[in-house]
Amino acid sequence: MTAYLIRRAIMLMVTLLVSSFVVFTGLSIAPGNPLATLAGGRSLPPESIQVLVERYNLDEPFFIRYAMWLGNAVQGDLGLSITLRQDVSDLIASRAGTTIALIIYATVIVLVVGVAFGLLAALRPGLVDSLVVIATAVVVAVPPFVAAIALIGIFAVGLGWFPALGGGSGFWDGIRHLTLPAFALAAAAAATVARVTRTSVRRQLHLEHVQTAVSRGIPYATVVRRHALRNAAIPISTLAGMTVASMIALSAVVERAFGLNGLGAYLVSAALSKDFAVVQGISLVLVTAFVLVNTLVDVGATMLDPRFQLGRRS
Amino acid sequence: MSGILDIDHLTVTLAGEDRPKPVLSDVSMSIAEGEAVGLVGESGSGKSMTVRSIIRLLPPGARMEGNIRVRGVDLGTLRGAALRKMRAEMPVIFQDPRAHINPVRSVGDFLTEALRIHRRMSRAAAEDRAADVLDEVGVSEARRRLRQYPHELSGGLLQRVMIASALLAEPRLLLADEPTTALDVTTQAEVMAVMDELRRERGLAMLFITHDLELAAAICDRTAVMYAGRVMEVRASASLLERPLHPYTAALATARPSIERKVDRLTTIPGRPLSAFEAPDGCAFNTRCAHVRESCREQRPELRTLLDGQVACVRVEELQAVSHD
Amino acid sequence: MTATSVVRARAGARAGRGGLGPLGVTAATVIAVAVVLAAIGPELASADPNASDFAHAYGPPTPGHPLGYDSQGRDLLARLLTGARTSLLGPLWVVALGMTAGTAIAVVAAWRGGWLDSMVSSVLEVMFSFPGVLLAMLVAAVFGPGLTSAVFALAVAYIPYIARLVRSAAVAERHKPYIQALEVQGLGAFTICLRHLVPNLLPLLAAQATLFFGYAMVDLAIVSFFGLGVQPPDADWGVMVASGQSGVLQGYPAESLLAGGCIVLLVVAFNVLGERLSDGRRVHRPWRLFRRGGTA
Repeated sequence: MTAYLIRRAIMLMVTLLVSSFVVFTGLSIAPGNPLATLAGGRSLPPESIQVLVERYNLDEPFFIRYAMWLGNAVQGDLGLSITLRQDVSDLIASRAGTTIALIIYATVIVLVVGVAFGLLAALRPGLVDSLVVIATAVVVAVPPFVAAIALIGIFAVGLGWFPALGGGSGFWDGIRHLTLPAFALAAAAAATVARVTRTSVRRQLHLEHVQTAVSRGIPYATVVRRHALRNAAIPISTLAGMTVASMIALSAVVERAFGLNGLGAYLVSAALSKDFAVVQGISLVLVTAFVLVNTLVDVGATMLDPRFQLGRRS
Repeated sequence: MSGILDIDHLTVTLAGEDRPKPVLSDVSMSIAEGEAVGLVGESGSGKSMTVRSIIRLLPPGARMEGNIRVRGVDLGTLRGAALRKMRAEMPVIFQDPRAHINPVRSVGDFLTEALRIHRRMSRAAAEDRAADVLDEVGVSEARRRLRQYPHELSGGLLQRVMIASALLAEPRLLLADEPTTALDVTTQAEVMAVMDELRRERGLAMLFITHDLELAAAICDRTAVMYAGRVMEVRASASLLERPLHPYTAALATARPSIERKVDRLTTIPGRPLSAFEAPDGCAFNTRCAHVRESCREQRPELRTLLDGQVACVRVEELQAVSHD
Repeated sequence: MTATSVVRARAGARAGRGGLGPLGVTAATVIAVAVVLAAIGPELASADPNASDFAHAYGPPTPGHPLGYDSQGRDLLARLLTGARTSLLGPLWVVALGMTAGTAIAVVAAWRGGWLDSMVSSVLEVMFSFPGVLLAMLVAAVFGPGLTSAVFALAVAYIPYIARLVRSAAVAERHKPYIQALEVQGLGAFTICLRHLVPNLLPLLAAQATLFFGYAMVDLAIVSFFGLGVQPPDADWGVMVASGQSGVLQGYPAESLLAGGCIVLLVVAFNVLGERLSDGRRVHRPWRLFRRGGTA
């Protein structure tokens, strides 16, 4: 077990190191010199250029530059935004809350709605099952921006239940403003989780150990919960974790569609305005989050399966 | 007659791919308190389906006719909590413990689950009981085993765990579905001995399913022989093995290898075993029987009381007379 | 894309070999119609997709303009039809590049085995850490927005997924007797791979390419939706969903809905067809000895 965790930790570090290198290298392989890339094609006064050269150690060789950049990044210094002339870290910090709230909200929806519908379909063969199967097959294919537009059209413009744009102020208003974005982000993932829940719970229900439990007079609800769902939790949590991780990148889509001031939307506008330091900073943060969530989920799902632990130990 | 288990004219039909598929046809038998009855037959003869009918664990779409009574209570009338209570009181010892015990729950969870639900025992009390019974079935270090997972135990140990879980229900009737078939030959004997001993100690009735005629004879008071979803012969085990009445039983008895007799080649029954849905008109065995007559193809023979049991063959008396000459 | 690929692979375990089934045929038909429209559509449309006439902004359908107009008074049908071409060509390039590179890497790794194989596997493992859309944004920031950057970025992002799938199949194939027989006959590794091994993987490759086409379509549309892919005024379904958003807020959802609907329809079709193509080998039929409900 310990050996496994150490192995995973090493893999995690290597992955993060390589990702950070990819993010950093972008600056150097861009056409033109790094200074021009950082300036994003703007003509800057000499004193600004001096600031950039110092901040990014542009007079140092490539690998030194990378090491220094990484050292700064680890300490929370992600450079300077060329458009806003502010520290990238501060800009990220002020927007991260929205994105985190959005992803947590969407995760809750994915787990609750996805598992509920999957379980419903698994336990009610026939009409209910077919409806869930067909509905999820379509929803799985709906990209988040189409979901966003559809939700805005129906629930904001048509019914007027939720606001179409903006973040809102205060906790409850914030929740209200995040509801449609969270559903748009969660839709395809929830459908995916529902499908996996359905197939894996159904597979478990047909297994011999479930028959044993039924033959011992255990109530059906308990059999489903303690045996079918518990055993199906291994594939379900693996998949749910992967979908949550993928939402980290996709959050940009709904933030943009709903005019939310989050990290993803900022990444897009920074890419459009060629504010390279911001693109680098946010990319690094998002990739780190993506890798961390993936690793945590992988380790967590492994922990759920007692068979695995022994396999590693012996 | 009213024993602990009475099966009357049980017919079970499964929903087949294109047409309904019979798996049991007019099966009747009974088990008295404390009595062990063996149910012997080749694969597909309907032995396991009989057990599944008793605990009502049939595939969806299965149709069941006839009735099954446990201590006089008709199982067909039971629903919900009453059915679960009845199931809890006649535990099944399944063939493959590896598949039949949840791999991601600990042995302790498996053993105590029913106790905690049906008897509302505390976890500690249930674990105490479980450890005691594990001890009885010959599992060493019972306390430690409760914390282990199925994959950490050998097949033999796991089947003992299965037997322990059955005994924990404090049943009057055990249903054992080929409990040793999935085990190594050496462990088979040990597990069998433990099960037999504990059953006799507690005076439990048992329905014991096996394809091994001799094994059934060794541990059961009576033995029933099944073929193509029907009962061919039910008699006291010893005499059934020594003097089989039904030609099918006789064929089974000679087909088994023996240490005493030296043979160049094992006798086999011509043809392959039929399942209930393939059974011909008349006697189900008529396609393979060496003594078949026209009458065997016309009418299905009833189970008739004869000597110390019952047999379903119209020519029993003639054949017996011949073999005595 | 990460998550859904697993399910789709799982959902592929359906009984029945051979034919595509009615659903598969429908999906193939939808795709064929879309391809034909993308090829000849722009010639069919009577109007110029980029000619704007603000007098007709959000105008309802009129004769000759059966779908009406967008916010700038451009003909929606003409834009949908021209958009079909970019919306299908983009994913085609992504899949072609990604499949070629991924298959080449996978086959070389599987053929050589040993340290090369384990190194390739670990590199792929690390590459998994980069979500395709994020890589596309990074590339757009470096090289400037546009379809080309997006196609390259996504093709690179898909390589690990494709290579991992193909590698395991190629390893299995490599150890089959016929390959060893060819080696004994003295054929070169390159010839064996190109003439025998890869052709035997073709059913798998076709199924995967179809599935990845669907993912690529969504991901490219997302990049275009951001404004980092296809650049306005060129018509593209992702761009149309984005530019139609202001219309949605004002109660004219036609542009966004039509473009979004086209994307969803085609993605569903590609998913269904991909699943059907990967069907048939693994048949999973559990023995259903279970009656629902302890109360049954």
